[in-house]
Amino acid sequence: MLEAYPQNRFARIVLWSFAALVMAFLMLPTLVVVPLSFSASSLLEFPPHAYSLRWYENFFSSATWMAALRTSLILGTLTALIAVPFALLACISMNRLGGKTAASIQSVLLTPSVTPGILLAIGLFFVLAAQRLVGTLFGVLVGHVVLAVPVACIVLLPALARFDWNQVQAARSLGANWARAIGGIIVPQLRLSLLSATLMAFLTSLDESVISIFIASGRNSTMPKLMFLSLRDQIDPTIAAISTLWTAIVVVVVVIVALRQKS
Amino acid sequence: MKSLPITIDSVSKAYGSYVALDDVSLDIQAGEFLTLLGPSGSGKTTLLMALAGFVRPDSGKLLLGDRDITRLAPNKRDIGIVFQNYALFPHMNVLANVAYPLALRNTPRAEARQRALATLARVKLDGLAERNIAALSGGQRQRVALARAIVFEPRVMLMDEPLSALDKNLRETMQYEIRRLHDDLGITTIYVTHDQREALIMSDRIAVMNAGRIQQIDTPQRIYDRPSTRFVAEFMGEANIVAPGSVRRVDGAEASRETLMIRAESFHLDAKLAGADAVALEGMLRAKAFRGENWLLTLALDGGQEVLVCIPAALAGGCAELAAGQRMTAYAPAAKVHAIAGAMA
Repeated sequence: MLEAYPQNRFARIVLWSFAALVMAFLMLPTLVVVPLSFSASSLLEFPPHAYSLRWYENFFSSATWMAALRTSLILGTLTALIAVPFALLACISMNRLGGKTAASIQSVLLTPSVTPGILLAIGLFFVLAAQRLVGTLFGVLVGHVVLAVPVACIVLLPALARFDWNQVQAARSLGANWARAIGGIIVPQLRLSLLSATLMAFLTSLDESVISIFIASGRNSTMPKLMFLSLRDQIDPTIAAISTLWTAIVVVVVVIVALRQKS
Repeated sequence: MKSLPITIDSVSKAYGSYVALDDVSLDIQAGEFLTLLGPSGSGKTTLLMALAGFVRPDSGKLLLGDRDITRLAPNKRDIGIVFQNYALFPHMNVLANVAYPLALRNTPRAEARQRALATLARVKLDGLAERNIAALSGGQRQRVALARAIVFEPRVMLMDEPLSALDKNLRETMQYEIRRLHDDLGITTIYVTHDQREALIMSDRIAVMNAGRIQQIDTPQRIYDRPSTRFVAEFMGEANIVAPGSVRRVDGAEASRETLMIRAESFHLDAKLAGADAVALEGMLRAKAFRGENWLLTLALDGGQEVLVCIPAALAGGCAELAAGQRMTAYAPAAKVHAIAGAMA
């Protein structure tokens, strides 16, 4: 975009300023909680008058928060472990079927990503209620997998479209069954896309609140659910400390993956 | 290595209204080198993929030896395949690519390594075992693909236009090498190409395909000299299809009343070279072109039909002096005049 205006200095300055403004607009709401979290006051005040780590201490010493953190990490991991292999197989079959059949499967698979979360949560609640699964970790997991599959598909479909299918046929002719052809030929070559898909599925689950609020019981609340509830009940800077930690975790994971993809 | 015969029995395959294979039957002998030759869309690759197990015929049977493989999974057929784009595994080095089929068969690691190295030596790739695929030239990739397809001693080898991505000189070298490899191993080979020269050079027999059907199956010489249809005649080289009545016999005998096929290079300008029972075509020289090893003359017969006459440069003393518009006669020996079925188009 910027290379299009190599001579025009004024246009370049305007473009850079505009880009910086957009960046600031996107980043500031996230960053503003960082100083809040180090405040010594028990009110959310900006800028803080004195600094302390008491809200972090508060978070780490709370059994409720720690349980929610554990639940969220377990859910995120399980979601990624289930959604990504499922999405990979679905994408392989769509890639092979092609045409209208593939297009209709794709539209069904991607529906959860365009359906309002609240509708999905209500629908899921009734389905799970009929199976007596409301309030279980399994119920929340089902919901998160449903949301993570389209995300993983969006990452994997273009990667498979670039993959040379003759390699799979070659492997098959050389004696590989389907499992070995997929595991030995496709997976190693798509490892970067699979890594991205895993990360996206993990983050989808980590970030999900609506389904968790509807389905998860008090015992297995997720972090986002507990954050919503605590905002409703009492506001203190613990929530800012958690948000800061949460953002830091996501940034660290994304940076690690980005660095691995480069190397 | 024990190779097996292949029987293709009335195999048909349609994609919607498009008929890719139309009741194809073919017997390939054990150890034979058979080429499927035809233009694109003639069904040759579909037939090869049916043998490999990637295309399921709508009807008909495929036998390997006396075993019905029509519905057998590709990984259970023990058929070595060389793909057009080689389909090497870029995440493995040369040795791992070649040892891959052995690893799938749970061959002990040391034995697999030794067999893979021996096969690499066989295709003249000694010393490249640890290379990455990306670091290989087109010809080297071709050899790796060959090695990978034969290392597990399959009973049949299928090759899908394996040389089409190589430049001309390399292609000719590889034609001889593939044929020699076939002779060494004695493995039944089915080779797909659209290059008629390649088919003539390499094959024991050629099956010429068009529009999902086998037009003719015969030895290269008979396919070239005695085509059974006009399509085969024209696909195999510069063929003149001459209407009945436009030729006369030099010895005065009555000329054939059939449609005749005469190859451009069968003609002589000197009646003595063509023999006493030659046929003669008279007409006007329309164009001439020097092509290095020969001259190509375009002769317009009195009926208006154009005939291509190809004279080897060594015998074409007078060709340079010929002028367009001049009347001339071309002679073809009787043995080189072949009646073909089917009327003039």
